Amino acid sequence: MVLVKLFAFFREGRGKELEVAWHEGLTAGEIIDDLGIERERVAILLINGRHQTPETVLEDGQKLFLFPPVAGG
Amino acid sequence: MKSYNGKLLRVNLTEGTIKKEPLDEDLARKYIGGRGLGTKILMDEIDPQVDPLSPENKMLVMTGPLSGTTASTGTRYMVITKGALNNMIASSNSGGHFGAWLKYAGYDGIIFEGKAASPVYLDIHDDEVELKDASALWGKTSEEVVAALGGDDKNSSVLNIGPAGEHLSLLAGIMNDTDRAAGRTGVGAVMGSKNLKAIHVVTENRRTEAADPDKFREVSNANTKMLKEHPVTGEGLPTFGTAVLVNIINGIGSLPVKNWQSALNSDPDSFSGETMADERLVRNNFCHHCTIGCGRVVKMGDKVIGGPEYEPLWAYGSSCDVHDLDAIIEANYWCNELGLDAIGAASTIAAGMELYQIGAIPEADCEGVPLEFGSGKAIVEWTKHMGRADNALGKLMAQGSWRLCEHYGHPELSMSVKKQEMPAYDGRGVQGIGLNYATSNRGGCHVRGYTISPEVLGAPMLVDRTTTEGKAELVKVFQDLTAAIDSLGLCLFTSFALGAGEYAALFSAAIGEDISADEIMTIGERIYNIERQFNKLAGMKPEDDTLPKRLLDEPLTDNEASEGMVSHLDVMLPEYYKARGWVDAFPTEETLARLEIV
Repeated sequence: MVLVKLFAFFREGRGKELEVAWHEGLTAGEIIDDLGIERERVAILLINGRHQTPETVLEDGQKLFLFPPVAGG
Repeated sequence: MKSYNGKLLRVNLTEGTIKKEPLDEDLARKYIGGRGLGTKILMDEIDPQVDPLSPENKMLVMTGPLSGTTASTGTRYMVITKGALNNMIASSNSGGHFGAWLKYAGYDGIIFEGKAASPVYLDIHDDEVELKDASALWGKTSEEVVAALGGDDKNSSVLNIGPAGEHLSLLAGIMNDTDRAAGRTGVGAVMGSKNLKAIHVVTENRRTEAADPDKFREVSNANTKMLKEHPVTGEGLPTFGTAVLVNIINGIGSLPVKNWQSALNSDPDSFSGETMADERLVRNNFCHHCTIGCGRVVKMGDKVIGGPEYEPLWAYGSSCDVHDLDAIIEANYWCNELGLDAIGAASTIAAGMELYQIGAIPEADCEGVPLEFGSGKAIVEWTKHMGRADNALGKLMAQGSWRLCEHYGHPELSMSVKKQEMPAYDGRGVQGIGLNYATSNRGGCHVRGYTISPEVLGAPMLVDRTTTEGKAELVKVFQDLTAAIDSLGLCLFTSFALGAGEYAALFSAAIGEDISADEIMTIGERIYNIERQFNKLAGMKPEDDTLPKRLLDEPLTDNEASEGMVSHLDVMLPEYYKARGWVDAFPTEETLARLEIV
């Protein structure tokens, strides 16, 4: 399984988190597509806390965090 | 020179005299205004070794050339003085309305000198400027001072200290428009030491004339369009405010918990921007001429108040480990009311909680409110005690975490740089921000060089947060650009969408000269160097450019995002000095000459 956590606008209609079944070769991009999120709207993509890209292949048990463009200070 | 009023007020509080002096346009051209020009004037007029709380220190309230213009966020002002928190340059920036109102009233800034014999406030009605008795205002909170002086008059804006500044708390900020703050570096203590309670400005003017009005309008409108269309300044910040960072910074394992004992919070959504937006937000709070509106107006019981930003949400919520949003909102409210720096106050309480945890602060000192991590009651009550100095421990804590921790024999537990508490990003997990903290001229601070933008948020491009490579140059560029933005009178948040080229175009149209992006960066570098030179003359030592031992020696654990990380300051610092043209932490004669600092 992959634990997916969503933040800011991505929570609208999708909730805060969900679990996705893992399979060999599963990429972050596939999950983003399945969630109906446009890939270019993902500004920060973290896998186990490290910045990655939609092309990154996930391992079983990893955590995927998705953020739209936001900032603060 | 257009976009300036060409006029400074000089207020001698000892003599009770007020003079209107011409602005030195050559200096303004070289240091822009605000932070830069204020520092240059301070450097020229005081001995940097002066006791910061003595009448010999001066305090400047400075606008920039773009304050009071139609440029988006053109309302900022800066307070510049020698600070009592660390005996170095103190400069603190604020939004709201006050900066624009001072400019509209006809002044580029105010130089306060001396000390009044009894409490006074400065009353400005355009050309008419008068010192008035403030005895009845002494002891009053921000809401009370604003109600007494300005009320709901839309032509009025009030800047004030709270009780914290009156009793010379080194964490005292200067408030304006009730809930905006020049919060950091203890500037409120300097104002309090001068018996100056408030500045009240009344004006009906709403116009600052640019040298090339058509060009200025064109550039300003183009920049505003960029800010509105940018996903961060047009959508993210307006919707969630700065607190949207809680989940991001926690996501990379760099949100300090329990006075930086760890950096991964177990329940960040209890105080996140998303939760604030869902459960507490009444409306956005816009500073004058701001098109972003990141501020939060929230409910506290029946009251509608200015809500906490990311920093106090982190400091009270994560560093004090309090997951009670009502308590955090109330503690932040008391910072505004009593005039405390919310980062410094909350971080000092967090340090007190760790001292209590290890038994260094005995139960008997806690006046019935134990400094236990997680206690909502403790953060509210100890904030009030610090702001009012109404008991022994509160009075000590009001002097900041460094003095508190030193008093109880554990200076290493003060999470501060140059005695100022660090903000909400762990320099172990994000290498560049640690270098920025260590080299900040005013002590632990994120808004001197906000490398979180590239290192975490990916703006303008993503840089690996875990490496030291390239961080020296990155920190330098961010510090220099920020110094220029602070001097122009604009909000740093514009830099999520705008770059040096856009600022140069605005400044050019404002003053009618062709200023390049490179020159903006050079001016920023000049400002950063003159601040450093001030610190050198004030007695700063090279070893002051460091981080708390915890960040250098205690690796993050149980934190897969940043597991095992410490700050590699030893690698970055020499590279940074080389990039700056500094030796042993200070500018060389060659560097000062290159930047025309005389």
